[in-house]
Order: sequence, then C-alpha cells, then structure tokens
Amino acid sequence: MRPALPILAARALGAAAALLALAGPAAPARAAYPERPITLIVPFAAGGPTDVVSRIVAEHMSRTLGQQIVVENVAGAGGTTGILRGAQSPPDGYTIMMGHMGTHGAAPAVYPDLKYDPVKDFEPIGLAAGTPIVIVARKDFPAKDLKEFVAYVKANSEKLNEAHAGPGSVSFTTCAFLNSLLGAKPTRVAYRGTGPALNDLVAGQVDYMCDQIVNLVPQVQAGTIRAYAVALPQRSPALPDVPTTKEGGLPEYQVSAWNAMFAPKGTPPAVTRRLNEALLAALEDPATSKRLTDLGGDLSNKEARTPAGLRKLVESEVARWKKVLADGGAAK
Amino acid sequence: MGLLLENLALGFSVAFSMQNLGLALVGCLVGTLVGVLPGVGPIATITMLLPITFGLEPTGAIIMLAGIYYGAQYGGSTTAILVNIPGEVTAVVTTLDGHQMARQGRAGVALGIAAIGSFAAGTFATLVVAALAVPLTRLALRFGAAEYFSLMVAGLAFAVVLARGSIVKAIAMILTGILLSTVGTDLETGVERMTLGFAPLSDGLDFAVLAMGLFGFAEVLRNLDASQHRDAVDRPIGRLLPSRADLARSAGPIARGTLVGAFLGILPGNGAVLGPFASYALEKRLARDPGRFGHGAIEGVAGPESANNAGAQTSFVPLLSLGIPPNAVMALMVGAMTIHGIVPGPLVMTRNAPLFWGVIASMWIGNLMLLVINLPLVGLWVRLLTVPYRLMFPAILLFSSIGIYSVNNSAADVLMAAGLGVAGWALAKLDFEPAPLLLGYVLGRLMEENLRRALALARGSLGTFVQRPISAGLILVAAIVLAAALLPGVRRRRDEVFTAD
Repeated sequence: MRPALPILAARALGAAAALLALAGPAAPARAAYPERPITLIVPFAAGGPTDVVSRIVAEHMSRTLGQQIVVENVAGAGGTTGILRGAQSPPDGYTIMMGHMGTHGAAPAVYPDLKYDPVKDFEPIGLAAGTPIVIVARKDFPAKDLKEFVAYVKANSEKLNEAHAGPGSVSFTTCAFLNSLLGAKPTRVAYRGTGPALNDLVAGQVDYMCDQIVNLVPQVQAGTIRAYAVALPQRSPALPDVPTTKEGGLPEYQVSAWNAMFAPKGTPPAVTRRLNEALLAALEDPATSKRLTDLGGDLSNKEARTPAGLRKLVESEVARWKKVLADGGAAK
Repeated sequence: MGLLLENLALGFSVAFSMQNLGLALVGCLVGTLVGVLPGVGPIATITMLLPITFGLEPTGAIIMLAGIYYGAQYGGSTTAILVNIPGEVTAVVTTLDGHQMARQGRAGVALGIAAIGSFAAGTFATLVVAALAVPLTRLALRFGAAEYFSLMVAGLAFAVVLARGSIVKAIAMILTGILLSTVGTDLETGVERMTLGFAPLSDGLDFAVLAMGLFGFAEVLRNLDASQHRDAVDRPIGRLLPSRADLARSAGPIARGTLVGAFLGILPGNGAVLGPFASYALEKRLARDPGRFGHGAIEGVAGPESANNAGAQTSFVPLLSLGIPPNAVMALMVGAMTIHGIVPGPLVMTRNAPLFWGVIASMWIGNLMLLVINLPLVGLWVRLLTVPYRLMFPAILLFSSIGIYSVNNSAADVLMAAGLGVAGWALAKLDFEPAPLLLGYVLGRLMEENLRRALALARGSLGTFVQRPISAGLILVAAIVLAAALLPGVRRRRDEVFTAD
C-alpha cells in the first residue's frame, strides 16, 4: 500500500522545504535582524563600573530587540584584549562591544603596539553613559576646597603620594591629566585595582587620587575621604554637594570615563542603526536612565549618542590622551 | 551585647523568610554543584550565575550569591580531596593530606571532616563578623604596604613547612613560583616582562591555569602512566563519616584553624589566601609526629578547611563595613550589589540595616545548609571514585578545560594548562611538589607589589619594614618560624638521604 516513491517524494519535499527555510530569509535578512542572541563583549571583569553600565543598558536593549544580549567579560591588558577580540569578530551584528575612554581613547598612547585602531577598525553605535571623574584626597588633607587643593599640590607635589590602579587604568590616565595641568610631580603609587587604592586612601597611607564617581560615592558620603571637585560641566546628582571643576576654578579639567558601544568594521549600516535605536530607547527609558544616574552615571552628552557623534568623540579623545600622556605623568 | 542580640534578631527575621531561606538553599546547592567541577572556582561560578539574580530583590539576591560563594568554595575542596585538583587557592593545602586520605580509602572521612570543620568555623566567623566588624576594620586599615610585605615574608616561611619531602626541593619550587608570578605586565611601569611577546601572557599566568595544569592535567597523566598505580582509589572505600577518634583529633585543629583564618580573612588585599597555609604550618609544628603530615593526617584537612571557611566569611567584613572589596570575589559582590541598586559602603550598616544583618544571619544559615547538603552527598562523591578511570579521566579533562576556559573566555589558557600539565607530570616524576610552587606564585606577586609600594611610599628607605611596629613583629615571626622549620628539617633530610631508594 505504501510504495517507496511517496516516501522519497516526501523526503525530497522535506529537503526542499529545509533548503527553502535556509535560503528563504536571505533577502529580508536585514529586516529580521536580530534573529539570534547577540554577544556584548565587556572588556573588563564582571562587577566593575563598565560591566554594571553594560548590563543595565543591555537588559533594556534585549527587550527592544526581542533577542537576548549576552554579556561576555573578556578582561585583560586594560580592556584591549576584549576589544581586539571584538574587532576581529565577524561584522554581522551578533558580536558587539562596550568600549570606553581607555580602550578607545587612551590605549594608543598607553600601548605603543596596540593591534587595533580605535577610529578605523570599528563602526560606532553610540555613547551609553559616562561616569564622571572626581578628585578625592585623604580626609585630613590640608585643603578645604579645590583652590586650596590646587595651591597645595602645586607647592608640595614632590612630597605627595597619588594612588592609581595601574598604567592604562582610568584613575591613572585621568590623574596624569590633572598632574599635567597642575605641573605636579607626585610619587605615583600603583595598586592592583581601585579597591586597594581606595583602601589606602581611607587609611591615610596615600594623599590623593582621581577616580570614577561610582567607586567613591559611599566613602565621600560617609566622610572617610574628601571630595574636591567633579570634572563635569554640571554637578552630579549622586554627589550634589561636590562642586564642579568649573565652579572650583579649574575649568580645564573636564574628563569623563565614557562607555560606548561599537561593532566591528564592516557591520552593515542597517544593523548598527537598529542597535543605535535600541540603545537610544534604553537611555530614554525613565527607569533605566534613573538606574544609571543613581549610580552616578552621566547621560548629559547627547551628541555622541549618534554613530557620527561617537566617531568624533573617539577622534578627539585619542588626540587628547596622546598629548596628555606624552606631556608627562606616564609611568616612565 | 543587647544591641548585638537585637541586630541578630533583626537579621534572622529577615533571613528566615520563606523566600530568603529558599534562595540560600538554592545558592548553596547550585554553588556546590558548579563548584565541584574541577577548575570552576567561586569567581567563575558567581559570574556565570549573576544574571539569574537580576529578578530578585537586593537582600535575596545577595543571600543567594553568598550561598553560591560558600557552595563553590566548598565544592573546590571536594575536588581537591577526590581528584587532587584544587578549585582555588585556598584548597591547595587540602590536596596535601585530603587526597592522601582518599588514596587510603578515607575519602568519606576527609570530606566529612571538611564539612564539619567548615561549619564550626562558619558559625564562629559569623559571630565575629556580627560583633566585631567595625573595630576589626579599623585594625585592618593599619595594614599598609610595609605590613603586607612582612606578612608575605612570614607566609613564605610557612611555605617551607609545607614540604612533604626534601626542603631544598620545596625551596626550589617556591622560588620557581615567585619567578612565574613576575610574568606579565609590570604594575608600575606597564612594561611586559617575560611574556616572550606572547599576547595571552600579557596579564600573567592565571592561577586557575597554573593549578589545573600542575595538579589537574598532571594528575591525569600520572595516573595513565603505566608504571605507576592508579591514584584515585585502589583500596576499599571504608567508612563514610569521621569516627569519634577522628573528631577528637580534629577538634584542636578546627579551633585553631578558625582563629587563624578568621583573622587573616579580615586583612585587605586577599589575606585570606594565607589562612589555610598558616593553619597547616601551625598544625604540623604542633603535632607530636609531624611525619604523618603529607601522608593523610586528618589534622591537615581539618585545620586548613576551617581556616579557609572562616576566612571566606570574615572577608565580608571590609566589604560590608567599609565598602572596599578585599579580593576578586568580593569585588564581584560589589558589582552585584551595585546592579541591585545598593552601593556598599560605610553607611550600609545604618542605612540598610535589614540587608546588612540579614546577610550576616544568612551566612550562618548558609553554613548549616552546606552541612545538610554535603553530609549526604559524601556517599555519592565517594562512589564517583569507583567509576573506572578510563571513563573518569576524559570527564576530568573535559570539565577542567571548560573550567579554565570560563575564567577568561580564552582558548589560549586551556592550551597553556595542557603544557603546564606535562611540566607538572615531569616534576612529579622527579619528586618536586607543586603546592609550594603555587604558594610562591600567589605570594610572589603580592610580595613584589607591596615591596615596591612600601619603598615608593618611604622614598626608598628599607628601614620602613622595621620601624613600623606591626611590620617588625611579622618579620620577627618569619625569622622564628624559618629557624624552627629549618633546623629539624636539615636533620630530617639527612635521614631521607639514607632511606631513599
């Protein structure tokens, strides 16, 4: 009753259907993006400021895109290991990365044989959030405001100890910038990470440091360290009592540890546009933006949220850090 | 005292909610199961499982993550005993006598005493954290770079005592470990050292890679080596739980290990890694017949396992009272708390009292759950040893590779571990112990960094190490330990020369 033929026919049909299924979406592929989970490479360890920003933003973007964005932490060499891996991934929109001030700004100046070009090797998606830099000192530092701090550091810098989290870290580069503005030459003491550095600042073993606000808020609020200024055009809601560098008389000190999304070079424009829309939706969502600002995140730079704006930011940052880190402060 | 009881009551009222009890249980269970995979330590486990806590309210999430942490830590000891693979630094010491016990058919007893010691230590450490968190933090803040360097010197003096056989070989391995710790980017100048231009080495060798290679892969090679006996179990399984005599023998080591571990755990900069080593060294010195150590002495499991757990708990002190994470696991906990909208800091204790005391109370509950989960599991784990080795070793290799890969998401790490495995096998053939090498590796990096930091802060004056009282005291301890260890050691080595085959 059941000859072989219909079975073969059915198989052929099945095979044809399978082929169609494979070939079918080829034409409307872009419209269908994303059709599987997207990997977001975060080039730092889980739990750090960039990781926290990435996870908060990725959570909302996953909802917009209808596909999970999976955070993959690839730490190492100041974030450049993860970014290099991202840059070498297929440019299909399924591997993107969270770059930041270090990997896409200071890295070319810090690592002479960097294997990627922050401008040429990426398709910018958009700026996520910055974390403002705050100048802090041990709680009994002999200066009551930023003016006195500046005067004291200028006069005594060779006697002072400045703590940082190692060459290439945010605290290292941003304080190198401060030192070069002040013409200061303190002893720069390296720690493995911000935590141990902060520990010695609270204990009074070192004199001052510069770091991202999210790491410092609880200590400043509790009065275990002293904050002199936040390097932003306007005050941060996370520490509303701390004046800006502009108010304090050091307006040239403007610096933010920004975090921004990039795709590998060659990713189709339709894909980066889709990702940019999802990013904007996340940043404009009241709940998500509140979570970010509660942590001290800075969402004020709206120009760099577009791919073109971000490209400009990267270009200016690379140029800036090349100058700052050549001027002095580099760990030579 | 009344205030403490009041606070603990608040904590237990939070932790005893049905939901939080359930989360503590799930955390401990999942942590144990994942942590028991060779190579997957607490950091990898928490990173992998972090996203599943996103939907929870903060207190519950922290309780669950803390459970995962203890569970993973405990799981690491299980693999150390059963298959001679330490899940993380603090389990290295457990391989020395714990695995020897397993080879003698006493794996169940070793696992049992580890669970019981951990529970006793956890109970005590919970009380320490609850009662003394604030004053202890003040003490820990006095530990600067100079003190830290001196503590590491004392730690290296302990390391000599770890040696099972020749002291000269142990010293050689410690020095090799220190040398390996200098591979990678120099912290102060950013210059790469001894990386041979090989990019994956630019951040140095990862501890997991070194430990998996020298212990895990090398152990498999050694077991497949036809000229030697298969290691795991070639004797009957024996009793599953410690006898009364075992418990009596372990009581002292558990108490001492708890005190040593609890103290070192509070120190910033990962002082907890020294706990088990210090406890082992202490027990070996106190023992009437130190010769049993390294050949399955139960004291060598009970003491370090207690120290390990006490340290795991008290390392929450700087995090909860100061907001400053003392090690990588705690840094991850900070991130987890931040994602849940709580930024840990000096004010958490007053502003977020239910969370603070709830987490402390859940520490004890977590420890109780670990005991409840693990004692019945002992039988299961021990039965694993009866699986034929031809089935077991591919599984060990597979899971080890997954574990190493998961640390940095790096395939190069897996290949390096394989290479180190061959090196570890060769070293074992020549009777060199890998444990002192790992200790040298861990302490070497801390030692170098703190030495340079202390000298930078003192503007190059070596006097800083003896002028600061805590530092001077530690140097003195190191000198005494070393003298005491070396003198009989020289004698013992002479004996061995004559008994060697």
